[in-house]
Amino acid sequence: MSRIAERFQQLAEQGRKALIPYVVAGDPGVAITVPLMHALVEAGADVIELGVPFSDPMSEGPTIQLAHERALANKVRLRDVLDMVREFRARDGDTPVLLMGYANPVERMGHAAFADAATGAGVDALLTVDIPPEEVAAVNAELHRVGMDNIFLIAPTTPSERIGLITAQASGFIYYVALKGVTGAGHLDIADVSAHLARIRETTDLPLAVGFGIKDAASARAVADVADGVVVGSALVQRLAESAGRQDDEAQTIAHAVELLAQIRRGIDGAPS
Amino acid sequence: MTSEQNLFDSVPDAHGRFGDYGGKYVAETLMSALAELERLYRRLSADADFQAELDADLTHYVGRPSPLYHAQRWSQQVGGAQIYLKREDLNHTGAHKVNNTIGQALLAKHMGKQRVIAETGAGQHGVATATIAARLGLECQVYMGEEDVRRQALNVYRMKLLGAEVIPVTSGSKTLKDAMNEAMRDWVTNVDDTFYIIGTVAGPHPYPELVRDFQCVIGREARAQSLAQTGRLPDALVACVGGGSNAIGLFHPFLKDESVAMYGVEAGGHGLATGEHAAPLTAGTPGVLHGNRTYLMQDEDGQILHTHSVSAGLDYPGVGPEHAWLKDIGRVNYVVADDDDALKAFHILTRVEGIMPALESSHALAYAAKLAAGMSPDQHIVVNLSGRGDKDIHTVAAIDGIEF
Repeated sequence: MSRIAERFQQLAEQGRKALIPYVVAGDPGVAITVPLMHALVEAGADVIELGVPFSDPMSEGPTIQLAHERALANKVRLRDVLDMVREFRARDGDTPVLLMGYANPVERMGHAAFADAATGAGVDALLTVDIPPEEVAAVNAELHRVGMDNIFLIAPTTPSERIGLITAQASGFIYYVALKGVTGAGHLDIADVSAHLARIRETTDLPLAVGFGIKDAASARAVADVADGVVVGSALVQRLAESAGRQDDEAQTIAHAVELLAQIRRGIDGAPS
Repeated sequence: MTSEQNLFDSVPDAHGRFGDYGGKYVAETLMSALAELERLYRRLSADADFQAELDADLTHYVGRPSPLYHAQRWSQQVGGAQIYLKREDLNHTGAHKVNNTIGQALLAKHMGKQRVIAETGAGQHGVATATIAARLGLECQVYMGEEDVRRQALNVYRMKLLGAEVIPVTSGSKTLKDAMNEAMRDWVTNVDDTFYIIGTVAGPHPYPELVRDFQCVIGREARAQSLAQTGRLPDALVACVGGGSNAIGLFHPFLKDESVAMYGVEAGGHGLATGEHAAPLTAGTPGVLHGNRTYLMQDEDGQILHTHSVSAGLDYPGVGPEHAWLKDIGRVNYVVADDDDALKAFHILTRVEGIMPALESSHALAYAAKLAAGMSPDQHIVVNLSGRGDKDIHTVAAIDGIEF
């Protein structure tokens, strides 16, 4: 069983929901990412989603775009991200780590080379925003060879007949995109999210995490009510941007980010399960 | 039919692939919109009424067919092959771009979309989109890199006059690729009521196919005009390649004509050796960007590189996937002309033929002159004069040290 499947199973047995924070590797600084990952785990993260910096992050709103730009200005590349995960693993062998990014850096490294390097570093899964199931066969063959999960997005616009196509190739969990748009946009319609999740559950037993638009404890609690996991990205990245803007030191930056995550953890745990 | 003939008709396949290139590399949110567009396009492209509507617009609104002009004086000066210019610069709005925007706007109309968006580099595609939006009464927003907004102030104002909103894009390198990122972000947010009019033969399937089909009017006309005017097919075709829509439009109807050589001219910028260019086919490597697999300007870690060209319309790190395939199978030769070559050609054509070409098209002209010089006077070259140069007067003047 993969680390992700194991983690969701433990949570289900405990009647708890997964909290999945997203940060971009190397944002706002190179040295902060690993200590930040540990701090996020201490504050209640169940899975860490680490963004791989890319020059053209097409699905991101302004907040996460700027995080990619900061990380690239720090010269953080895919190979550096893998080094960060390896360093994280030295102290934490349990928390699943998911890399989220775009196709091209992985393509450039080569699917087989990426799969070997990522699994060697302790990465558990890959989510590529711009590789839909129609294009995924080549990379999936390599991920499965090394036992990595491939996390797929399902969107509000995904028709029912596509859901089966996606869940048939997915493992680990399904990431439901709560709104049409880029990361960090809009306001959540929980009834709508709930209806879509019910439709997805008709075709898969995989855990369902929800992301895009979860900003605070209240919205996280509402989502946790209907989903198996909650992804928090832009709101957390915004905290890192604030710290970068006022030149906080590492401890202050981590504290500012972790404060939000802890609030969200409390929000989720307060949710009826 | 030979196997070679079948080969060119076989792409893209059902997955939108041209050999290893093309495909649909987009976020899941857009997949159903692309499927809907593909279904509609399959139906309408086989529909006689739709084709008649398109043809009528091309004739009465765009002013087609565009002339095939024998540039006799310039050919004599060059001292080789006879050079013919396919005058896409004479189209309404001054470039080949309108052939495609008319087609896509008609698709938008049939889908009931009230809003269109576009990305633009030089502004020609933005102007062509704003023009059609004005005519059809559609809301129009055009994304344009902040750098290009500065370089192409005339076209920016032109779009505003036409009722479009021009949104400067400040992310990344602030040029065409970033405008395309931003247009994609808009589309993913407003996918229900918005049609994204992509300006070139790149992007996710079915865009490379449908943009090609709309631009093929250039090559169909040029082929018939060559036969009518010279009694035979041209020996060579030359077109500039940024995303590659004017080139594919000229080349595609000739692909099965084995005697016709083809040259796609990429922007050599300050010279390939400097790294400051926009020549992914000549100096790039395959990768995935903007919805398709194709040749890209990228570093060893898969980050997209900044590009440079004196012409904003060629300043793009990718290229249409069909060009990537045509390069690999060896049917089309991809070459470069640098900034200086293009500027020289701009001045020469203006002075010798009284035709002021766009800086994009000037890259094709520069290469055509070199090619023609090595050919004999009984041979013919067709160059796609894809756009007129009025929009570039400020750029050329600045290089010449003139301020208005």
